[in-house]
Amino acid sequence: MSRIGVFVCHCGHNIAGTVDVKAVVEQLQRNGDVVFAIDYKYMCSDPGQQLIRESIEKYQLDGVVVAACSPAMHETTFRRTVSAAGLNGYRCESANIREQVSWVHQQNKEAATQKAIEIAESIVEKVKRNEALEPLILPLTHRTLVIGGGIAGMQAALDIAEAGYAVILVERQDHLGGRMAELSGSFLNFQAAPDLLDRKIQQVLSHPNIQTLLNADVDSLSGYVGNFRVRVRQKPAEAEAPFVPLDDLQPLTYTFDVGAIVVASGWQPYDRARLPEYGGGEIPDVVDGLTFEAMLRSGDVIRRPSDGKIARQVVFVQCAGSRDPEHGVSYCSKVCCMYVAKQAMLYKERVPQGQAYVFYIDIRSAGKNYDEYVQRAMTDYGVLYLRGKVSRVFREGDQTLVWGSDTLTGRAVEIAADLVVLATPMLPSNGSVELGQLLHISTDGYGFFNEAHPKLRPVETLTAGIYLAGVAQGPKDIPETVSQASGAAAKVLQLFSKNEMTSSPLVASVIEELCAACGACVKVCPYGAREIHPIWNYATVNAALCQGCGACVVACPNKASQVRNWRVEQVMEMVDALV
Amino acid sequence: MSVYTYYPGCSLESTACEYDASVRAVFKALEVELHELEEWNCCGASSAHCVNPLLALALPARNLALAQSLGHDLVLPCAACFNRHKSADYELRHDPDRRSELEAIVGFRYQGNIAVRPLLEVLTIGVGLESIRGRVKRPLGGLKAVAYYGCLLVRPPQVTQFENPENPRLMNQLLETLGAEAVDWSYATECCGGGLSLTKSSAAARLVNRLAERAREAGAAAMVTSCPLCQINLEMRQSGTQKLPIFYFTELMGLAFGLPEAESWWGKHLIDPRPLLAEIKSLQPASAKRDW
Amino acid sequence: MNQDFLQTVEALSGEPILLCFHCHKCTAGCPVVEEMDYGPDRILRMVQLGEKEKLLRSRDIWLCATCETCGTRCPNGIDIAKVMDTLRMEALRCGVTPAEPEAAKFHKLFLFVVQTLGRSHEASLLIAYKLWTLNLLADMDSGLQLFIKGKVPLMPKTIKGRHQVKRIFVKSAEAVAKEQSASGKPAPAQEAK
Repeated sequence: MSRIGVFVCHCGHNIAGTVDVKAVVEQLQRNGDVVFAIDYKYMCSDPGQQLIRESIEKYQLDGVVVAACSPAMHETTFRRTVSAAGLNGYRCESANIREQVSWVHQQNKEAATQKAIEIAESIVEKVKRNEALEPLILPLTHRTLVIGGGIAGMQAALDIAEAGYAVILVERQDHLGGRMAELSGSFLNFQAAPDLLDRKIQQVLSHPNIQTLLNADVDSLSGYVGNFRVRVRQKPAEAEAPFVPLDDLQPLTYTFDVGAIVVASGWQPYDRARLPEYGGGEIPDVVDGLTFEAMLRSGDVIRRPSDGKIARQVVFVQCAGSRDPEHGVSYCSKVCCMYVAKQAMLYKERVPQGQAYVFYIDIRSAGKNYDEYVQRAMTDYGVLYLRGKVSRVFREGDQTLVWGSDTLTGRAVEIAADLVVLATPMLPSNGSVELGQLLHISTDGYGFFNEAHPKLRPVETLTAGIYLAGVAQGPKDIPETVSQASGAAAKVLQLFSKNEMTSSPLVASVIEELCAACGACVKVCPYGAREIHPIWNYATVNAALCQGCGACVVACPNKASQVRNWRVEQVMEMVDALV
Repeated sequence: MSVYTYYPGCSLESTACEYDASVRAVFKALEVELHELEEWNCCGASSAHCVNPLLALALPARNLALAQSLGHDLVLPCAACFNRHKSADYELRHDPDRRSELEAIVGFRYQGNIAVRPLLEVLTIGVGLESIRGRVKRPLGGLKAVAYYGCLLVRPPQVTQFENPENPRLMNQLLETLGAEAVDWSYATECCGGGLSLTKSSAAARLVNRLAERAREAGAAAMVTSCPLCQINLEMRQSGTQKLPIFYFTELMGLAFGLPEAESWWGKHLIDPRPLLAEIKSLQPASAKRDW
Repeated sequence: MNQDFLQTVEALSGEPILLCFHCHKCTAGCPVVEEMDYGPDRILRMVQLGEKEKLLRSRDIWLCATCETCGTRCPNGIDIAKVMDTLRMEALRCGVTPAEPEAAKFHKLFLFVVQTLGRSHEASLLIAYKLWTLNLLADMDSGLQLFIKGKVPLMPKTIKGRHQVKRIFVKSAEAVAKEQSASGKPAPAQEAK
């Protein structure tokens, strides 16, 4: 005989307003395995939890049923309470008489009460047969893989390395710095990007905890949080084998065990061929933002690419492909309003007698001092801001004509430009979708990686142990990138704060005598958690990968596979209690 | 396919009769059959959709009803007529409510068994540039012209399905095949104001003269079109003394094929192209008289 | 603010007018914006704000060349030329005097000829148009030239199926009237003529 205690919660009016809680207590007291039953206003409150603890001691309870809200709300709470009183947490279960009874049967109190009784009875049957389990302890490798050596990847790597943990930093190109290395000055303070970056790059390259692999890509990934195994492929540098043609050199492969991964794979610019009304990439004097950065970086006065003449009329076209569901991408690329203001001001410094025009739909300058910065372009540098989207950019003689518009006067505007700079969209890096498939993390329709929750979990993915930083997750500027990178690093450090991980013990197990090694469970497992033992010839479960979904239970013809505390006989008894 | 159903359209029977003549002559020379759609009605042009968009679909729908029973693709030389018929076909194909409405008004069942195609595409792709090249007897070397596509052939792109609306190339390729030089310019699809030619001629004149000026600046001696409304508008509204002749592309095909009837077309133009043609030495007939 | 008018225009044109965020790309590429009072983007803004009177009385709706540049380039895929068509239709239905009378007269005459013959006939169209607009001398020289070259046949051509064409006109007008009264209000009798 068991000694189950049943605690029926009022949840204020939420339950008690519909269910006759006293009647539930009375019915459950008649159950042979229930030695104590009581109702209380708020079981999850401190006094409520105190009541449970005291009752366990007083009545020597060996199992607890809390008839209250959904287990998704408070199962963990009650399990902890019970453990504190010395009873194994897995001998405590929630009977959901709120979401499944009082909240949905408000019109029929009698039937609701009856249903609450039946549910509570069935959970008593379950708890009676629950094993006292302990959480699984899994090893945890204190090493991190950071994919991408731009500012996001470097920041995350440095934060984790400084905390004392090893980092493998994998970068596809032959140098660190990513897109930021392609910039001339940053906005807000015009500080040259190389100056900002060089220190960071030096820190990364010289840090004892960071191993940097350039010309390298992630080749494959297996495992789970705390225990990933990753293979990295690196193209050999020419210097390593100077007399062998580069194509003949075999790539090097490295295999690492890591506990966490930070994805900071960055972005690529939009192909101008996708903008036929803006020249389709064929007009030399029509460039995009990154190309103009290169022109600024050269330190020279700004010249027309077509013939080298000094550019005296420069037109900046914002939203050239962004916010354009019909011809481009529907999202706003966030940084263009700011970098166009910067580029216009830097241009005016190089060519003081030149005139800069900016065509915009809106100005999005939502950061600290951002709006004042854009105003400076208009007031101090004489950049002419015209509100209206450009309809067409085309060649006429040796000039480039821009047909735009000024909404505020309602007039069409034609400008004969020397140089046109298109603020094109930020797209996720080439191969991001494939990288997502490799890592088992999802991407959105554009290839940006999906965060676990758009508001509350911006640096995690839905795959435990894999975190996001930088534009790989969505367009953003440098300050936001650095913040997010440090946020991802903090999550990694949170993971690494222990030496081991605990995991739910409610996983599948195998009754070896019944197993015929038919392999059906192996095929059906969505998490790859099953295999047939090569020597002993029965199915085994990788408890860390198993999520307790029960597919193997259904598949097994011999009932050899069972999920702990959800065994078939338990479920049958629960059904019997209900009918 | 070597048989097409032909929809000339109202203009080709009157103000653009040389276009019609050149189309028929060129098809005959290429040995491709053209069967004129019997009892065709006016497509409604701009006027119908300006005042009653449903009427603007129903009028071409009647022609589609007639053409579908013949089973051959429908070819239209006039860009405006093409645009109207293609729009009607698009609605019939994609909008089931519209289809029922139009079927009730016109009194037919839409089958969707034939394609609605512009003349330019039928000749350059359907018949093929290679076949055309094979028929060229007197290449038009020395003729520098701009290809002017206009609006209704290329827009709206999801309906017309004709090339890249910002940079079409078929007419350019055709002119090169005929041996002429298709001069590059940026106004190939800019509106000439044809729809406003009579109702707001000042606007049309402004647009026409801008086009003519740009064509001249690009180095062209003539413009080539595929729309009778564009052609007459470009001829009538050009101002100044040095006016650019405006050809139909089929006329140039006929000339390059060496068809004798080509001579009869030039007199129909409001801007006489003969002085220009005389300048181009390679176009001199082999039997030109010499003044000894 | 007249929300009814916006809904009427959206329903009749089938275009998602509320998607417009007024980037002005349409106005920037419109070939006749110089002659217009407002331009395509402002026309859409007035539809959004329900400024029915201003719109139906504007010149813009009659000056639109229906070149479809606006609709092709709009980031939100709004076919403004179709909206212009709808506004013209509404103006005629409500009996508003068209601000560009020549355009409306031309269209009416053109369609009258087509309704009668099944095909267009330039000669009668041009003569009637010139008389109605009292613009007898315009384009006389080119007109004469065209006539001499035999490009303006005096005899109209007709088709046997012209009664089918006439029936199409009648049925289309009925169907549209039904659509208009379903989506909007019946033609107001008090609209100024």
